[in-house]
Amino acid sequence: MQSIKILTSTAAPLPLPNIDTDQIIPKQFLKRIERTGYEDFLFYDWRRIQEGPDAGKPDPGFVLNKPDYSGAQILLAERNFGCGSSREHAAWAIAQFGFRAVIAPSFADIFFSNAGKNGIILAALSEAEVQTLLQRSTANPKHRITINLEAQTVSDDQGFLANFPIDPFRKHCLLNGLDDIGLTLLHEDKLNAFESQRRHAFWLDPKPQNA
Amino acid sequence: MFEKVWQQHVVTEPAGEPTILYIDLQLVHEVTSPQAFEGLRLSGRPLRHPERHVATVDHNVPTTSVADRLVIADQIANAQVSALRKNCADFGIELFDVQDADQGIVHMIGPELGLTKPGMTIVCGDSHTSTHGAFGALAFGIGTSEVEHVMATQTLPQSKPKSFLIQVEGGPNGSLPAGVTAKDIILEIIGRIGTDGATGYVIEYAGSAIRALSMEGRMTVCNMSIEAGARAGMIAPDETTFAYLNGHRFSPKGAAWDESVAHWRSLVTDPGASYDRELHIDATRLAPSVTWGTSPGMVTSIDASVPSLDQARTEADQKSFSRAYEYMGLRPGTPIQEIKVDAVFLGSCTNGRIEDLRAAAKVVNGYHVAGAVRAMVVPGSQAVKRQAEAEGLDRIFKSAGFEWREPGCSMCLGMNPDILSPGERCASTSNRNFEGRQGRGGRTHLLSPAMAAAAAITGHFTDVRTWNFKA
Repeated sequence: MQSIKILTSTAAPLPLPNIDTDQIIPKQFLKRIERTGYEDFLFYDWRRIQEGPDAGKPDPGFVLNKPDYSGAQILLAERNFGCGSSREHAAWAIAQFGFRAVIAPSFADIFFSNAGKNGIILAALSEAEVQTLLQRSTANPKHRITINLEAQTVSDDQGFLANFPIDPFRKHCLLNGLDDIGLTLLHEDKLNAFESQRRHAFWLDPKPQNA
Repeated sequence: MFEKVWQQHVVTEPAGEPTILYIDLQLVHEVTSPQAFEGLRLSGRPLRHPERHVATVDHNVPTTSVADRLVIADQIANAQVSALRKNCADFGIELFDVQDADQGIVHMIGPELGLTKPGMTIVCGDSHTSTHGAFGALAFGIGTSEVEHVMATQTLPQSKPKSFLIQVEGGPNGSLPAGVTAKDIILEIIGRIGTDGATGYVIEYAGSAIRALSMEGRMTVCNMSIEAGARAGMIAPDETTFAYLNGHRFSPKGAAWDESVAHWRSLVTDPGASYDRELHIDATRLAPSVTWGTSPGMVTSIDASVPSLDQARTEADQKSFSRAYEYMGLRPGTPIQEIKVDAVFLGSCTNGRIEDLRAAAKVVNGYHVAGAVRAMVVPGSQAVKRQAEAEGLDRIFKSAGFEWREPGCSMCLGMNPDILSPGERCASTSNRNFEGRQGRGGRTHLLSPAMAAAAAITGHFTDVRTWNFKA
């Protein structure tokens, strides 16, 4: 996982609450067995015209199709971003498209976890703070936002400054690009002891010997 | 109960790190596992406990015929199913494949085989893993990186969620009003607290109405906990739970059964236990529910109308309402019963169980599907399909004009060929009405199996409380 400390970038505003993972990446792209190549499928339906003679063509009104927002590494959205399905493909698509962070008032639990595993910073700010950033990035696509992970701040050059909470362990992993499995295996002695002490608990076995 | 299950699975609590939680069972399916197996191969790590993993194919298998399932015409889907076969063989995981008598939706077969047990921790790369909480297991959906983590270590680093008690009280003996089901209870809860109302919490469902539910009904309630944002939903095990569990393939037998039940009983929540949050629901006032919008929280009752903009609670909700009216092709104030449907889907891990099919067949019996309505029944598992056929439910559905399909996730998420066309409106017993969920441009309304059946017969949403049952 790529480490990240400070990110300064323009931001793409998506001013909607409850953006679910079915919108972030529709189901037809979940059949692939690869871990990469999801960038073109991010917000697949929203990026395309749905009806009429131009159906299927890129929708020039959608923020990710606007040249002004190309290269933005921060996504701005409203409450409960990433709700619904557990598909990590949503986090892969966001990261592979080039986003390194999402700023919103709140995030759904499973997406929150998936984002962390893929080096995406999720900065939860207050509704009012997010509205301010949404307005500034909508009015001016060149508006730049800085996320300082070490200091846990979001700021811009117009005097905006807000703090975001982050679990110290998650912060440590993001700052250092650490692999979770390797970290758990550092505790393998404890795991072996737990399993050994638990070995007679057949009532918790999926397939007990005495079944 | 949640507290007890959590404590019994703490491997270690390293300072400054999340708790390392032991996982008793990981369920695996074709869609969220290939990249996890690949990760193990690339890192050279073994799969620690193959016997604590069970796999099936469900998300992208066709439901049309046995032949269509053995070689899937969609090359990409076929490659994904083939990858699961190879991965299970390479890593020693038991796979219930398409032709297996125990194949089914992953959340159906866990309980049916007796793999799911009270007090266990269960994970799967699927958000509806919360279903298994109906047995008093702590069960939650995870992403593919976490799937790999469990394969390698049989643990997950987890921060402890908060606890949320939802007490649902019914009438005498926990009874629900006529026509009201477990589906209506959970839709009411989601409507009440919102799709992020339980984010960060594990919900414990209690109260007389929950106690009176069958295991099937309890699974429906726990299944949709994720639709309220919850990490998991749980119901304390009781006599109903033990009666269901007894005698399944992987249930303990003889003296081991008695000892297991004694352990499971000890999980029940101590009286006076405290919760971080509580909600009380009077189920005697509920009516059959129908969702009208593009989020499970956009729900109302069958005798109501599409809500107006001023009924939205926040400015953000108003924006969502406006977008939902347009996507769903509905005007505020339209009575729900005047909305016509083009398709009806009976199935999914929410409502694809035998009781669901019985309830729907009871409505359908003696009637025929309305004019142009396309109606299908997709049993959740081979076991449900066999049982339904033994009871003659398939004949009731088929003679009424329903298609009778092979088991899988099917039109709940439309990964296989079972999808809606743009603009098509579907009465669905599934769990999500997101934009495009059942097919691009498709319009989904969530409701109970009996209500879906009634809509299939009349061609519009219909109050099942006034249904004229012919049998």
